[in-house]
Amino acid sequence: MTTVDALQASKIAKHNSRKRVNVIALVFSMSAMVFGLFWLSWILIETVRLGIGGLSLSLFTEMTPPPQAETGGLLNAIAGSLVMVALATFVGTPIGILAGVYLAEFGQKTMLGNLTRFINDILLSAPSIVIGLFIYTVVVAPMKTYSGYAGVLALALIVIPVVIRTTENMLSLIPSALREAAYALGTPKWKVILSITLKSARAGVITGILLAVARIAGETAPLLFTALSNQFWASNLSGPVASLPVTIFKFALSPYENWQKLAWAGVFLITLGVLFLNILARVLFRNKS
Amino acid sequence: MAATLPASSNDKNTMMRSEQQGIPPQRKGSSPWIDKLFSALAHGAAILTLVLLFAIIVSLVIGAWPAIAKYGPSFLWRSEWDPVQDSYGGLVMIYGTLMTSFIALVIAVPVSFGIALFLTELSPSWLRRPLGVAIELLAAVPSIVYGMWGLLVFSPVLSTYVQQPLQKLFAGVPFLEEFVSGAPVGIGLLSAGIILAIMIIPFIASVMRDVFEITPPMLKESAYALGSTTWEVVFKVVLPYTKTGVIGGIMLGLGRAIGETMAVTFVIGNFNQLNSLSLFEAANSITSALANEFAEAGPGLHQASLIYLGLVLFFITFCVLSLSKVLLSRLARNEGSRS
Repeated sequence: MTTVDALQASKIAKHNSRKRVNVIALVFSMSAMVFGLFWLSWILIETVRLGIGGLSLSLFTEMTPPPQAETGGLLNAIAGSLVMVALATFVGTPIGILAGVYLAEFGQKTMLGNLTRFINDILLSAPSIVIGLFIYTVVVAPMKTYSGYAGVLALALIVIPVVIRTTENMLSLIPSALREAAYALGTPKWKVILSITLKSARAGVITGILLAVARIAGETAPLLFTALSNQFWASNLSGPVASLPVTIFKFALSPYENWQKLAWAGVFLITLGVLFLNILARVLFRNKS
Repeated sequence: MAATLPASSNDKNTMMRSEQQGIPPQRKGSSPWIDKLFSALAHGAAILTLVLLFAIIVSLVIGAWPAIAKYGPSFLWRSEWDPVQDSYGGLVMIYGTLMTSFIALVIAVPVSFGIALFLTELSPSWLRRPLGVAIELLAAVPSIVYGMWGLLVFSPVLSTYVQQPLQKLFAGVPFLEEFVSGAPVGIGLLSAGIILAIMIIPFIASVMRDVFEITPPMLKESAYALGSTTWEVVFKVVLPYTKTGVIGGIMLGLGRAIGETMAVTFVIGNFNQLNSLSLFEAANSITSALANEFAEAGPGLHQASLIYLGLVLFFITFCVLSLSKVLLSRLARNEGSRS
């Protein structure tokens, strides 16, 4: 009898301890979730609180001021960022889409395809400052001047892997019956790809481009020694060009109050823009898929 | 038109069908050259990506050559970094990079695991998507925002509520005192590590969530039916099944942490020293040294040494990311063969 009782007791103890471990694990899991959300909300709240204070119309109409000036805005930095991001997207997107098409339509199982896929995934997460170094050594150093064009190239190199990845993913979601139907009608391959698969995957591809724009809009490191920065309006891209992230970097680390205030306003603008692009990309993709 | 198909198409079904039917006579207006051009463009774009990688490596080696020729591998363990004497070594920065990434992993891995566990097993299904998106948005916030927030908002908080109490607590304790010394401003290795952790949590958590989701429901349900608790199912069924994917996700996060520039540059303090173990002492990392010094470095040994650092950084991230990719694809392949 006593052995049976002891057995029973040990079973109950075991049961209780398993339950206890489970509860601890679940509580830990929930607090991890809360932990993650806590940082997101803290960062967003501080950005909004400190950024709103610096918002004014002059932000969009005036150039970056010298230290301790009364007025001043971020016009040249915003314009520089917009121009460079637009050009980089324009340069990087076609290459990215073509390479994505290659991976999904031509080289699914080939050596070149697998190698490209592998390298691309590494470039996708490669440190962006190394891209800046690369452009410095191949563009800036031979031309002996920092230039907006170098900045555009550096950003374009970041766009390409992002677009390749999403294009390939989206194209491989298209059912092959659709392709085969088109081939059966005698459609040449280029036309199948352009007017059937790419067209069906349009929403996904646009999502990828939006994500790429969101990514480069906030990139600072590759611009530090390619486009450098400029306190004044840059009339063309063959000299140093100001960009919003680099200006924020410079202003945030300075001891001047007016610069720091502008930096917070800039951070607010960038965060707003990038989060908006991300949410837009998600909404767009969900509606279409 | 269809005559061009067998030559250019990889599609087995089409090939088979046109073989069965015989090749129809070529019709007027077919344009095989467009097909060839398009195929060439697509191949070219793919090859360009490969060339890019080699161009990066080659250009960095050429740029770093004066420093490589002068120091060789001893650059990696020389701790001197003195632009005035023109003498350089990368130990301080490499230590800073590895230490901050290590701190980031120690914090981020358990938290990401908890988040993935929550999103796959505990969360009510209507909450799953919004919470997943919220965590992914954390990854979308530009690193400069983390940096500025870290320097101006987080560091003072860390200093007031963590560093100073710890310094009071450990005052006079021989080893621990060393560990928390430093000016009470909250910048240094620890705050850089914490901010990196916040930045890589979304990457690791979303990979973990994705691999947890591929565990066959049958396995989980069998374990539940045998009376396992949720924790036991995750720890003894899901985790062993997805082990390689989980490690791949962690490696991906590590690669991100090692290469992160702006956030680290803001909070690490940018001070080349290695004479204390303290987590609160200003330090330097490869990326922040590059961000701060490169534009001002004159051509010559200083610049070459910085590019050498960049090469080391690229090499480390390349290895880590390759490992991550191999592990993740192995899991995907197993998944394919089992189902």
